[in-house]
Amino acid sequence: MIEFLQIGLGHYLTLAAVLFTIGVFGIFLNRKNVIIILMSIELMLLAVNINLVAFSAYLHDLVGQIFAMFVLTVAAGEAAIGLAILVVYFRNRGTIEVEDINLMKG
Amino acid sequence: MANAHDYATAAPEIFLAIMAMVLLMLGVFRGNQSTRLLSWLAVATFAVALLMVLRAPMESSVSFAGMYVADSFTGFVKAMVLIAAAGGLIMSLGYIKEEGMNRFEYPVLFVLATLGMMMMVSANDLIALYMGIELQSLALYVVAAFKRDSLRSTEAGLKYFVLGALSSGMLLYGCSLIYGFTGATGFDAIASAMKGQEHASIGLIVGIVFLCAGLAFKVSAVPFHMWTPDVYEGAPTPVTAFFAVAPKIAALALFMRALIVPFVAISADWQQIIIVISVASMLLGAFAAIWQNNIKRLMGYSSIGHVGYALIGLAAGSAEGVRGVLIYLAIYVAMNLGTFACILCMRRKTGMVEGISDLAGLSKNNPMMALALAVFMFSMAGIPPLGGFFGKFYVFVAAVNAELYALAVIGVLASVVGAFYYLRIIKVMYFDEPGEPFEAPMAMEMRAIIGLCGIFVVFFAFYTAPFVASAQVAASALVP
Repeated sequence: MIEFLQIGLGHYLTLAAVLFTIGVFGIFLNRKNVIIILMSIELMLLAVNINLVAFSAYLHDLVGQIFAMFVLTVAAGEAAIGLAILVVYFRNRGTIEVEDINLMKG
Repeated sequence: MANAHDYATAAPEIFLAIMAMVLLMLGVFRGNQSTRLLSWLAVATFAVALLMVLRAPMESSVSFAGMYVADSFTGFVKAMVLIAAAGGLIMSLGYIKEEGMNRFEYPVLFVLATLGMMMMVSANDLIALYMGIELQSLALYVVAAFKRDSLRSTEAGLKYFVLGALSSGMLLYGCSLIYGFTGATGFDAIASAMKGQEHASIGLIVGIVFLCAGLAFKVSAVPFHMWTPDVYEGAPTPVTAFFAVAPKIAALALFMRALIVPFVAISADWQQIIIVISVASMLLGAFAAIWQNNIKRLMGYSSIGHVGYALIGLAAGSAEGVRGVLIYLAIYVAMNLGTFACILCMRRKTGMVEGISDLAGLSKNNPMMALALAVFMFSMAGIPPLGGFFGKFYVFVAAVNAELYALAVIGVLASVVGAFYYLRIIKVMYFDEPGEPFEAPMAMEMRAIIGLCGIFVVFFAFYTAPFVASAQVAASALVP
């Protein structure tokens, strides 16, 4: 019974993979709001962090946790810049609906 | 602990970082009227950093506990990045004044982006790789949206940000899997962990695929190219010029190091990925550009094609292939800087124009500019004896010697198709009825850039041998 409940590396990796996939799908399937895209990006980076910390614990190696710290720091900067660009865009366009970002067709 | 040797290895980067702070403080205290001064100071910074890079010892030096490497390969690539960045910044001077983007952050962001690129080139560890890419990308997102009153520019910035962040996420996911399945993040440590393994574990393969996807995004290779035409069209023109050269060089150099150094043992596995990406990029670059009417958008597709050709060299995976990529990139920088300098001179009283049809009859209104643009277009199409021919020649030779015959044949065919739209521009300039002339006279710095790039491209045949020799030295640092 105890063995059945034990949570191993595989569980963490599955969780991270699921979160990462949700993040990617959140970017592509979402048709409403750019803020949701920002949240999806954050979700992807956090999934990576789970991966890194799980591997770090599994390998008894600290590098993974250091990497996770760097990722956290950069994610904060990335979110700040993303929001800043979004504000500038909103001032020009008056909307942040994903379907309206279509001035240039590509 | 870091010691004097560590700092000496990273001296150009440290200098750039300090100068970015100095320029920022100067700008804060002197306000937006100091933009011109700051821009020239930034160009001087690039020049000093270039001297430091060129004077650095040639032998490989690894520092910061194996995270950072400087050798002749990084020296060669950094020199190209710095020249491209300086050229891009000089080209911006007139534009940012005319278009109301005369804010002092512009040169500071250029310096920071260039610092990020140099860190990418020198990265010898997954953490250093990630930090370099992010420093470069975060600065570039802002520069793309720098014309903040323009809807197109902000939309370009937003698209670039969303897709860039997605690619960083994929790259990181790949990094985390590589770390987990090899137990190391340093390139050398990964290489020694892989030693003696015939086949990579499936988790590692998935990690490499994600890493390749993220890096393909940064070099805008198919199937991760969707952002390129939109961002190139929307971003302010000198920013597009910068995007087309400096980040591509840095990302391609990083692509080569990140695949060749740690994963040399399983090169057969990643070569397939690169071959597919390369073929798809060449074909898309050749065919999709045919229907474009906006010259910036056309240059976007053209750069996708050029990345495809450069990746042929990486697919070969040999020192010869790396040498081919380096030569290709050097010529690519000159061709693109020159072309974009011409595009920046497409200005009428009503403002900038970007249509290919606006070039009609340029040979009568401004014969020198038409001649220069024709030279660059012939060179991009790969017509001998111009530089572009030699760039393609050396990557195709590397592919043939690596027995990638199909790849070389597809490359040659794609460049034939691609020649169509380059020649169309020449036809429009020389054989169509002249339209309203562009504003004369061209700015001094534009003439200088067009002239220098033109000389480099036209006379490349005369100094091929020493150039190829130095590229050979650089390549042998990466592939022993």
